[in-house]
Amino acid sequence: MKRRSFSHLFAALVVSAVGVLAMPAHATEETADAFIKRLSTEVLNSIKADKSIQSGDVSKIVALVDTLVMPNVDFKRMTASAVGPKWRQATPEQQQRLQEEFKILLVRTYAGALSQVNSVTFNVKPMRSGPDDKEVVVRTEIQGRGDPIQLDYRLEKTPGVGSGWKVYNLNVLGVWLVDTYRSQFAQEINAKGIDGLIATLAERNKANAQKG
Amino acid sequence: MRPMVLGLPRYTPWAGLVLLLVALTGCATGPSASPRDPLEPFNRGVYQFNDAVDVAIIKPVATAYQDVLPAPVRRGVRNFFANLQDAWSGVNNALQFKVEPAANSFVRFGVNTFIGLGGILDVASEMRIERHTKDFGHTLGYWGVAPGPYLVLPLLGPSTLRDTVALPVDAQGNMVSGIEHIPTRNSVTLLRLVDTRASLLGASAMLESVALDKYTFTRDAYLQRRRSSIYDGNPPDDGEVEKSPVKQDFSQARERTRAWVQTLKKSGTADDEKAKP
Repeated sequence: MKRRSFSHLFAALVVSAVGVLAMPAHATEETADAFIKRLSTEVLNSIKADKSIQSGDVSKIVALVDTLVMPNVDFKRMTASAVGPKWRQATPEQQQRLQEEFKILLVRTYAGALSQVNSVTFNVKPMRSGPDDKEVVVRTEIQGRGDPIQLDYRLEKTPGVGSGWKVYNLNVLGVWLVDTYRSQFAQEINAKGIDGLIATLAERNKANAQKG
Repeated sequence: MRPMVLGLPRYTPWAGLVLLLVALTGCATGPSASPRDPLEPFNRGVYQFNDAVDVAIIKPVATAYQDVLPAPVRRGVRNFFANLQDAWSGVNNALQFKVEPAANSFVRFGVNTFIGLGGILDVASEMRIERHTKDFGHTLGYWGVAPGPYLVLPLLGPSTLRDTVALPVDAQGNMVSGIEHIPTRNSVTLLRLVDTRASLLGASAMLESVALDKYTFTRDAYLQRRRSSIYDGNPPDDGEVEKSPVKQDFSQARERTRAWVQTLKKSGTADDEKAKP
């Protein structure tokens, strides 16, 4: 029995390795955890290769996010989920502005952490999900100095689009990003409407930019 | 004559606070109330008070501490307090029947106390012995005590009713309160506070720039983080049936055993078939 389970493991390893290597040809067959692993490695490598990103150059970071990260994120869904039921009442222009401002706010959130990536390694934890699951959670752990940092992703299957997976929520140390903004956004919308929320976000981003 | 309340004179301030808060629960509702925060108006008041004290005193002291003392000294202070916490985490992991985390915590405490010069050096982390921080609020939560309403405590910050009730036990568990010499005890407590605040300087700067409303952001992040760590990073999703962590652990263990028995049976029959001529 032992030998059989070992050969299963070996087969799984071979299959996943082939999956990663054959990526461009069979993009949709990539598993969610392999996808996260590839994406994290790509992002980490391009940060390590660029000193100005490590020193916190926000325009460079935004460019990196736009080219590498955003194509793999369902940002419309993230923003819609943070805004809540009022999202449907927003015009397409308002939805566009909300996404744009929210993105800049989030990029700011993580820009500061990027200076420390040189000393980190990450590992993807084993995943518990069936092959037909449309939405999965991939758990990873970042090991730097000090205690490991929990970093989880929620992904949706997007057959035939991009890599076949898109991230729609992110969990840092047990805190889901989108959920943390939900009450704050609701507060703003209740007080000042959707345009009020857009204005508040834009104002905050401007203030952050001046702080440097 | 000294008044005795419930025979626990040391706990009376806490008991009073808890009773006051329970009384307040009935009468306060905010404008865009969150169900987990029925005391929002009261909490916001305490939050503002804490913020004012922080801006005026605690943050400047912590900043000076960080600027004046060299990094190795500050790391030593942080390790020292973390080491005391490790011992208490060991007790709480044991109370949650988490054998390996409990053993790790006690080994960490032993290694760091005796090899790491009383906890100043974190030798155990170099040896890759994992840290599993748990306090008594975790233990109560693990056994199914609900968090109750969110609370902001004066000077201590975000908490819940359950974790506030657990605080006196945690205070007994951390060895600083066992110091008999009162000036020493006060200085050590103060040093711990400054060290904690200094470790949060980066986080609080980030909070300023990413939060639309610092109070709401802190509350929502705190409650999520607390829940997640009580479930060991694996809380049930919104849609799932809410189970207490101990029940979740139990049913997972049962499922694992069942799957294991099934594979055993399967491989048994497969081997039997193979054995047939």
